Amino acid sequence: MNQVAVIDYGMGNLHSVAKAIEHVGAELAAESGQATKVTITSDPAQIAAADRVVFPGVGAIRDCMAEINRLDVGAMVASAMKTKPVLAICVGMQALMAHSEENGGVDCLGLLSGRVKFFGEDLRDDNDARLKVPHMGWNRVTQTSDHPLWRGVPDNSRFYFVHSYYVTMDETDQVAGRSVYGREIVAAISAGNIFATQFHPEKSQNAGLTLLRNFLTWNGASD
Amino acid sequence: MALAKRIIPCLDCDRGRVVKGVQFVDIRDAGDPVEVSRRYGEAGADEITFLDITASHEDRATTVDTVRAIAGQVFIPLTVGGGIRTLEDIRTMLNAGADKVSINTAAVQNPEFVREAAERFGSQCIVVAVDAKRVSAEDEPLRWEIFTHGGRKPTGLEVIEWVRRMVSYGAGEILLTSMDRDGTKIGFDLELNRAVSEAVNVPIIASGGVGNLDHLADGVLLGAADAVLAASIFHFGEYTIREAKAHMASRGIEVRLD
Repeated sequence: MNQVAVIDYGMGNLHSVAKAIEHVGAELAAESGQATKVTITSDPAQIAAADRVVFPGVGAIRDCMAEINRLDVGAMVASAMKTKPVLAICVGMQALMAHSEENGGVDCLGLLSGRVKFFGEDLRDDNDARLKVPHMGWNRVTQTSDHPLWRGVPDNSRFYFVHSYYVTMDETDQVAGRSVYGREIVAAISAGNIFATQFHPEKSQNAGLTLLRNFLTWNGASD
Repeated sequence: MALAKRIIPCLDCDRGRVVKGVQFVDIRDAGDPVEVSRRYGEAGADEITFLDITASHEDRATTVDTVRAIAGQVFIPLTVGGGIRTLEDIRTMLNAGADKVSINTAAVQNPEFVREAAERFGSQCIVVAVDAKRVSAEDEPLRWEIFTHGGRKPTGLEVIEWVRRMVSYGAGEILLTSMDRDGTKIGFDLELNRAVSEAVNVPIIASGGVGNLDHLADGVLLGAADAVLAASIFHFGEYTIREAKAHMASRGIEVRLD
């Protein structure tokens, strides 16, 4: 049994990501016989016992970090990332960084050495056309590393994004995918046992489902 | 290389059944919103909008079950609108698997509700639906007002000012329906769309009046829409989502084809 824990800290829609993992888990079970069980939980024991951990997030970073800190989710993620595959999504990815500009400035978990910045009020593309914020919709992701989670996902596939703040990283060797929206942004990160996406794989139809399926068979950094 | 313009089929549902008829040739149950949504997802739709027109409060439990069932099978964003009046309504829909909720009448009756909703759940999931009607005479500068109750009830609210206010309160997206065009199949009110799109910095979904594929492309190219919503041209099988995207691409619009 492949046990997947989706960390619940009371923010937003965890149903979608759990359902998408169950969906690809059922496909895998039909092929390999190995079943997947998804648990939405904030129980440290359940998260410690899981084979893989998903760290999701939607909404404003201040509220998310308040709940993350209250429930000590940072310690759960830090511990999980030492021993097993962890997938962080959207605000989950941003929460791994050192600091976010959102809500007047919020300290995040600092598990990765990046920062979260605002797109800006006057964002423009190469042709000087105005770009709306949030960055909402399907954008291309250029794969910048040959990571197991990209297996079967064509380079430059479109994924669904919805965010007004973007991640920038000092350690560029940790960047696994990039997108362009007025500027270059980090779309995916690979660091040891962690894979993180700014986009929502659970909302990205075939490309996203393939990535989630890869996550279920990924062994982490040693892969 | 840029963000794709989105095509969004809209399902009107009453007590858990799709109404206004969906006529896919090969679909088992065209009244089943789960089946219809799954089919649209596989056909390349970029999002689904589920509009609940169920009248009675008691029957709304069905809607939650339906949303949960759709979210379990459709892996693209799902917006739920119709009857969203309280923070609890929003929480219920998000917990059932909706990614966004669309607020219409409740915003008109209590604009602060939009602010509270955006603060609590984040702007990314708060869509404000605007039903606009042209009220200017032929020789006057263009002016639109907000109408409720399916376009029957005027509110006196001027559209541009209203949309700016809603965005300042935290609306993350505007679903803009021209009540003059809705159901006419003569195309979007492009002037309305462009005026609203230029007035605010959040994405605009154009709605109301689509009768052919050029209308969709015009919505983006002339109406400055970020997404286009249509119902009947897709439901009745006049065009597939892929045909719509191919046509938009042929007119130079970035769409998601993969």
